[in-house]
Amino acid sequence: MSNDVIEATPEAPVAPQAFTVTLNIRRYDPDSGEEAHWQAFDVDVFPTDRILDALHKIKWEQDGSLTFRRSCAHGVCGSDAMRINGRNRLACKTLLKDLDLAQPIYVEAIKGLPLEKDLVVDMEPFFASYREVQPFLQAHSVPPKDKERIQSVADRARFDDTTKCILCAACTSSCPVFWTDGQYFGPAAIVNAHRFIFDSRDDEAKVRLDILNDKEGVWRCRTTFNCTEACPRGIQITAAIAEVKQAIIRGHR
Amino acid sequence: MTETNVHHHQFDVVIVGAGGAGMRAAIEAAPKANTAVITKLYPTRSHTGAAQGGMAAALANVEEDNWEWHTFDTIKGGDYLVDQDAAEILAKEAIDAVIDLENMGLPFNRTPEGKIDQRRFGGHTRDHGKAPVRRACYAADRTGHMILQTLFQNCVRLGVNFFNEYYALDLIMSEVDGTQVPAGIVALELATGEIHVFHAKAITFATGGFGKIYKTTSNAHTLTGDGVGIVWRKKLPLEDIEFFQFHPTGLAGLGILLTEGARGEGAILRNASGERFMERYAPTIKDLAPRDIVARCMVQEVREGRGAGPYQDYVLLDCTHLGAEVLETKLPDITEFARTYLGIDPVVEPVPVMPTAHYAMGGIPTNNNAEVLSDNDTIVPGLYAAGECACVSVHGANRLGTNSLLDINVFGKRSGNNAAEYVKTAEFPPLPEHPEKFVVDMLQSFRDATGTESVAAIRKALQETMDANAQVFRTDETLAQVSKDIHGLRQRFANVSIHDKGKRFNTDLLEAVELGFLLDIAEVVVYAARNRKESRGGHMREDFPNRDDENYLKHTMAYLTGDPHSPDPADHIKLDWKPVVIQGYQPMERKY
Repeated sequence: MSNDVIEATPEAPVAPQAFTVTLNIRRYDPDSGEEAHWQAFDVDVFPTDRILDALHKIKWEQDGSLTFRRSCAHGVCGSDAMRINGRNRLACKTLLKDLDLAQPIYVEAIKGLPLEKDLVVDMEPFFASYREVQPFLQAHSVPPKDKERIQSVADRARFDDTTKCILCAACTSSCPVFWTDGQYFGPAAIVNAHRFIFDSRDDEAKVRLDILNDKEGVWRCRTTFNCTEACPRGIQITAAIAEVKQAIIRGHR
Repeated sequence: MTETNVHHHQFDVVIVGAGGAGMRAAIEAAPKANTAVITKLYPTRSHTGAAQGGMAAALANVEEDNWEWHTFDTIKGGDYLVDQDAAEILAKEAIDAVIDLENMGLPFNRTPEGKIDQRRFGGHTRDHGKAPVRRACYAADRTGHMILQTLFQNCVRLGVNFFNEYYALDLIMSEVDGTQVPAGIVALELATGEIHVFHAKAITFATGGFGKIYKTTSNAHTLTGDGVGIVWRKKLPLEDIEFFQFHPTGLAGLGILLTEGARGEGAILRNASGERFMERYAPTIKDLAPRDIVARCMVQEVREGRGAGPYQDYVLLDCTHLGAEVLETKLPDITEFARTYLGIDPVVEPVPVMPTAHYAMGGIPTNNNAEVLSDNDTIVPGLYAAGECACVSVHGANRLGTNSLLDINVFGKRSGNNAAEYVKTAEFPPLPEHPEKFVVDMLQSFRDATGTESVAAIRKALQETMDANAQVFRTDETLAQVSKDIHGLRQRFANVSIHDKGKRFNTDLLEAVELGFLLDIAEVVVYAARNRKESRGGHMREDFPNRDDENYLKHTMAYLTGDPHSPDPADHIKLDWKPVVIQGYQPMERKY
């Protein structure tokens, strides 16, 4: 038996290995006359690449007509919500190593909003619901001259979670109620109403609670938690909706 | 002409860009004048939303402070290339700007007394450099997000007319009484591929930066300098365009921003041996030295073999002593970025960081009223610029952290107010018969092109040569190389073709147009950088390592004078100078 000791080699840098994955992307071009269909692309990626990187590689090296929205590429602008393996996520926050790479990857547009082209949907109905909840501060008190309004740390913390929303629509377009009833305000609008309803500086909580007490308002929520699971900002959306429901029952914030 | 549909609109004020500056302008202009905001994104996608750490204002909520100290820090931070009258306006109006935002609803973090809380930031000091001061008003590490959301919310309240996903491609200038004035904007509606002409009395550019001339950048994919490029092609000047800021703490290899607010809260930069190296370079304020200095020191550490990691090619941002609570409550987003993108938990492990291309100090020259200049002194009546695309100049050779969120609010507001005032008495300038012709022809030529080159390959080559040759350290040799490379890339660009020939959401076409702007801007950045044979702020020339006030205490003014495709930039770019406004702060050696 050899007594050779294997010398401990100094930590040699190991170059990360590229590998090939298949992305199945649901394509749609209204001008082509074709129905939406799945198209497979093989693409070389690294484990730490984002789905967005893979989409860019396809667009830049294989098919320039592949169409999707993106901007900041690190999860703060909300442009690239899409359905990845059946779950709503941001393409720029989904790393390949976190997916099951034994299976093909499926990428399609978010559901429930009109499909425009490939991974792009019409966001206007989504923003229309947002606008309807009066998502802006309505404070009737006059702030002290040239000073900020005072707000305690605890009052500020009350609505902290819902200020994180980036309006990406991952939540709303993951909601089965929204899929079947496009009139439903949807989680994102309720989140943005919550952000003002529970802001101690705001005086119009009642108006927003009335708006959301509509038949297309909070009562349509079936607490399936899809929205909370989909939120790339980790907002406890279902809990926020429940708080709005309770406030409606109470009749005030 | 092709069969493209052309739609016509008329607004008193047209604002191009819906980030912080554009929406702050809209909030002033929309109630007073018929206003439209054109943006190639949705407003909430704008890159203001990626700003993290804070917005400077000497509120003195948590310790003694005043706007004069802020003015001085801004001037010294900008290595004395700041116009001192502008810096004074910035620092004075900062206080109202923050209060305005709070009153509009912005949820700032609060002190135990319920006032707006403030944190430390690089280069912001007590009493002219004695120690760091808490001047940055913040909302966790998503201050920019909160500003963008608050401004958007208030635009919704006011019913501002947004044209979302309309890509402005040309500025129409007309002659009125012998003077060139802006008359309209030609834009491509991305959803349909149709062309829109916006006839206007006043136009405000608020189009942001152009970080995508670099590979490693904190900037969004969409920051391609369109507004700056449009103005440049109209033969209006660009000021101090060679000054680009590299933010010290980008996630290594990715460039994703980690806020300076981390160091404001006490995080420390360390080299491979764990040394807090900033103590050697800036003994008074250490890790809170301005960004240009910290970025250079980091690169220096790596060059001298003290970098960390398997390739010794980065340094470490150590947040581990801050504790989980501070990270989770005051720096939650950057904590998550490190976890998501590098698989590193900042609570227990230092984070690999290196400088990342972040901010253009230079841009479209304006006076303190946000009016665009056509030379050192002459304004273009009715044309305004604000935010990163503009150069007032409040940032000089190096912007202080938190002064950009401030800039967009102060000068965005000024531009909106002044544009609304201007249109009260201005008439609509005449439009040419086919104002859309240039844009229609340009887009058609891209659609018809049958070349063999790809937009993505040319863009990648541009970004790589800019990273290699025009980053934190520059020499004449490296700049000459990138200049030569750009000329070659321009020739390749003439032989480009795109795949997508369709009309709807043609982002392939969009990227081709954007690349044209990137090439134009990179060329003038490099040409101006070669011409400035000194080191100042973000512009570090290793062949001229000292600041040279005798010869270069002046702004660069670059003009496009000929065919941009001629091989030698000297054939089509003219460089001139503009004096710096000095009002009492004489240039001193910059030590921290």
